[in-house]
Amino acid sequence: MFDDGTPIFQQLADRIAGDVLSGTYAEGDQVASTNEFAAFYRINPATAGKAVNLLVDRGVLYKRRGIGMFVAEGARERLAEQRRASFAAEYVRPLVLEAAALGIDAAHLRRMIDQETTS
Amino acid sequence: MTTAIEITGLSRRYGSTTALDDVAFDVEEGTICGLLGRNGAGKTTTLSVVAGQERPSGGLVRVFGHDPADDSRVAARTSFVKDDQRWPDDFRMREVLAVGPAFHRGWDAELARSLAADLRVPEKTPVKKMSRGQASAVAIVIGLASRAPLTIFDEPYLGLDATARQLFYDRLLADYSEHPRTILLSTHLIDEMESLLEHVVVLDQGRVRLDCDVDDARASAYAVAGTTRAVTAFLDGRAVLSTHGIGGLTTATVEGAADERVRADAAAAGVELSPVGLQQVVAALGSASAASSAVHHADDGDDFAGPTTPADADRRTAQEGARS
Repeated sequence: MFDDGTPIFQQLADRIAGDVLSGTYAEGDQVASTNEFAAFYRINPATAGKAVNLLVDRGVLYKRRGIGMFVAEGARERLAEQRRASFAAEYVRPLVLEAAALGIDAAHLRRMIDQETTS
Repeated sequence: MTTAIEITGLSRRYGSTTALDDVAFDVEEGTICGLLGRNGAGKTTTLSVVAGQERPSGGLVRVFGHDPADDSRVAARTSFVKDDQRWPDDFRMREVLAVGPAFHRGWDAELARSLAADLRVPEKTPVKKMSRGQASAVAIVIGLASRAPLTIFDEPYLGLDATARQLFYDRLLADYSEHPRTILLSTHLIDEMESLLEHVVVLDQGRVRLDCDVDDARASAYAVAGTTRAVTAFLDGRAVLSTHGIGGLTTATVEGAADERVRADAAAAGVELSPVGLQQVVAALGSASAASSAVHHADDGDDFAGPTTPADADRRTAQEGARS
């Protein structure tokens, strides 16, 4: 479920953020509690708490005292904005490097992208 | 946060054998701490000393501020079912469940009953005659149902099938979430259990090799791969934990964080960096100290052991010098 490289709390935060981005959690929705996340993903509750706190710090979630955690208004756009900023480094650059290693030139790569986006 | 377990300068010798040598670490109250390391590293001895079932040869151990070997207040707040726990001949699970409340004030009879049923502990078999897995299940039932402020598990999964282990992890997390307490457990199933832990202590040959939060432990080493020539050049002056080679290619595990400078060095040297899991960190820590204390084989070119510290490097050079 979780891989080696990044801390588990970071991976859980990314996963919850992904669910907000994809609309699984709508803005204003209540999300699972820290203990529920811990039980579901079989992780230490402190680790789950760190993930939730990270998302609170980033304005994705907010706490309503005594009730629980909710998705903040504007969270989806905020996350999309953050991911757009790293899109080139995380997706385009590896794509270009792999294409170069395979001898696919820029024009060919562009044609392949066009094909994918129109089909 | 308050400290539940405080260990400083702990040593334990059996005759001429040193099981623990100047061990020091703390465990915060209300956390789950994993004690990791190879067989013979000193895990069970450490757990026994913390539980007050063994006396240290030297050093200081405090559990909830008291000496576990001398203070009955510690015993009353600790739950530890040892591997070699002896039971009366006629004790079956029913008798075990009946005496639970006498030893543990927080004993939850309902939890004990449901756990015993879910783990399929046989009702009619005397505990003394149970299989390895069944005995582990009994220890888990007692450990969790006792709700002791300090609960100790020594490789609690031995002999358990995958379903029973999963059940143990789920029930441990669920009960810990509802009733936070200090849990200290030893394990070799690092991949399976690391996500349950908040803190890890790695022992090797009776000494503490690593003592940090689980996230920091994962970041405390990295792997490097490339041609043997490039990797060898990159490794010069670094704390190499283990190396592994095939043909002209070498991979190595290096102690330390893969920070900006390491990344830049790796890029310049033409080697590839990758993160390592906790299991790999622990395995590397175990093999590194074994390698550094063993005689280096010059003809063992494929799998050489690098120096771990400048002192080790000196010792190795001296050994090589003495042989040639």
